[in-house]
Amino acid sequence: MSAPTETALGLTESRSPGGRALKAVVYLLVLIVFAGPLLALLVSAFGHVKDPTQLSVIPSGVTLDNFTVAFDQGVLAYLLNSFFVVGFGLLLQVAVSVLAGYALARKVFPGMTLVLVAILATLMLPEEILALPLSLILSDLPLLHVNLIGTLAGMIVPLGAWGFSILVMTEFMKDVPRELEEAARIDGAGDLRIFFQIILPMCKPALGVIGVFGFTMIWDQYLLPLLVSVDASSYTLPLALRTLRIDPDVTPGVVMAAALLALLPSVIVFLFFQRSFVSGLSSGALKG
Amino acid sequence: MSLDQAGPAAPPAPGPATRTAGRRGAGAVGRRRNGGRSGRRWTPWLFLAPALLLFLYFKFIPMVSALTMSFQEVQPYLGNTWVGTENYTTVLQSSGFREAAWHTVVLAAGQTAGSMALGLALALLMEGQSRRLGFVRSAAFLPVVVPIAVVAELWRIMYHPTEDGMLNSLLGLVGFGPSGFINDPDTSMASIMLTGIWRGAPYDMMIFLAGLTGVDRGLYEAAKVDGASRWQRIRYVTVPGLRSVFSILFILAAIRGLRVFTEVFLLTNGGPDGSTEVVMTLIYKLGLEQNRLGVGAAGAVLLFVATLILTVVVQLLRRRESK
Repeated sequence: MSAPTETALGLTESRSPGGRALKAVVYLLVLIVFAGPLLALLVSAFGHVKDPTQLSVIPSGVTLDNFTVAFDQGVLAYLLNSFFVVGFGLLLQVAVSVLAGYALARKVFPGMTLVLVAILATLMLPEEILALPLSLILSDLPLLHVNLIGTLAGMIVPLGAWGFSILVMTEFMKDVPRELEEAARIDGAGDLRIFFQIILPMCKPALGVIGVFGFTMIWDQYLLPLLVSVDASSYTLPLALRTLRIDPDVTPGVVMAAALLALLPSVIVFLFFQRSFVSGLSSGALKG
Repeated sequence: MSLDQAGPAAPPAPGPATRTAGRRGAGAVGRRRNGGRSGRRWTPWLFLAPALLLFLYFKFIPMVSALTMSFQEVQPYLGNTWVGTENYTTVLQSSGFREAAWHTVVLAAGQTAGSMALGLALALLMEGQSRRLGFVRSAAFLPVVVPIAVVAELWRIMYHPTEDGMLNSLLGLVGFGPSGFINDPDTSMASIMLTGIWRGAPYDMMIFLAGLTGVDRGLYEAAKVDGASRWQRIRYVTVPGLRSVFSILFILAAIRGLRVFTEVFLLTNGGPDGSTEVVMTLIYKLGLEQNRLGVGAAGAVLLFVATLILTVVVQLLRRRESK
């Protein structure tokens, strides 16, 4: 952000009591509108909420009953599925992205433009549109003839390559000084060694960005797990929310408790890595 | 080896070391260790292989098979038969699809316009540096990082149609009342749109905020000297300065809107009375519930063409404007 000089509305300049009061009202309104529903979720997860009409931001006592019931309903297993998917998915995605980024940023080879265009094309290809053929392909991978339907691997492998992460890594690796790499080459280091000992350690900020975005992206997946899972044993937590809601024995308080568990990881990741999140967001979007 | 440091005019394939040195320009030292010619040439492809393989399997093959499926009657285990453009005729002539397409356009347009307008307003209000502002901005941004499935379940409960549902009791406070929200065909579409705007506006706000830092501060000073009002400053300085941000956000949001699935699936699943059926929920039902994969694929291809056209048109407009 730039120096606190002029802004479009010039609000920061207003020091008068009226101006300050107006600002306070505006900010409070923003908080109510955008954080209010989440506060309601939090309060009802810990409250005695038996039917939807009791949902509110005013606490009605604190209890862990909702969580106990949620765990009885198997929420722990769903949560573990989610962690498994996001853990291995992210590991795969980061590995794939740094490898591809290295080739695209540090090598010149025939066909490179084509590869870049192909990667950009995948970014313009919404996953939703591929849903039907993808579900068929996952049930019988071409050449390999493996069936991934009903397995957690089916929710992980398709997310291994993500154009956004690859492009972020490529852009960042381009900025690592050539001299470092050349010095290493003179000392006799090969590609792998240069990659692991010189390029990767210099890319920590970019690793942060793709880690945060990859995590949020994988944690937020809904359609892919929906296509892949056949029964509750492979449900991720977001999928399980719907099953919980439909269950007549489960109160909204319990659904909100499970929902809280489902949103907490991404909110925590966001709050911890806000800086790289916001910078990655704006650079990614503004570069188009 | 130092003799190999040929200039850019080096012939393309005398040896691997020369090649790299030549392409990298002055100062580059040829690689000297291990490997024959083929090893060198394949190195980048080895590094790219995992990514390309995964893209091939999960993006490109599905894309091609979506295209071929759309011209076939797809019967798993029985074999597919070629039916030409029949699936497309079926899709385009079905009133269900036309209605879903219309709903999708309405939803996409409403969410895009709503999120951008609200996002810009928020960004203008919250531009600045103070710590307190940072806190409000982060809090306002939270909806974006909350998983979409959680957003949908939360709003489902908030939209509870009785008088003492959460949003209805708020409406009651200002003397309106009770709305059926997602349970009423008249308000269901607007309700989904509202949820989408709630989740989309903070994202747009962040992008606008990033764009605002690029607006020339000096122009504000100049406008002030010229006696321009706040409104004039925004109209003549801020908005023109944000032009490229507008078009990028427009493309992103419109595409997001066209492919909308999860929130509709969870909030209404197309109901009540099909009032919120969008293209993606229809495709899902056709393909995975009714097993009419060919017809579903034709719908998906049409949706893809629509997003592609939209992207190209906006890019062309942008290019013409910048000339």
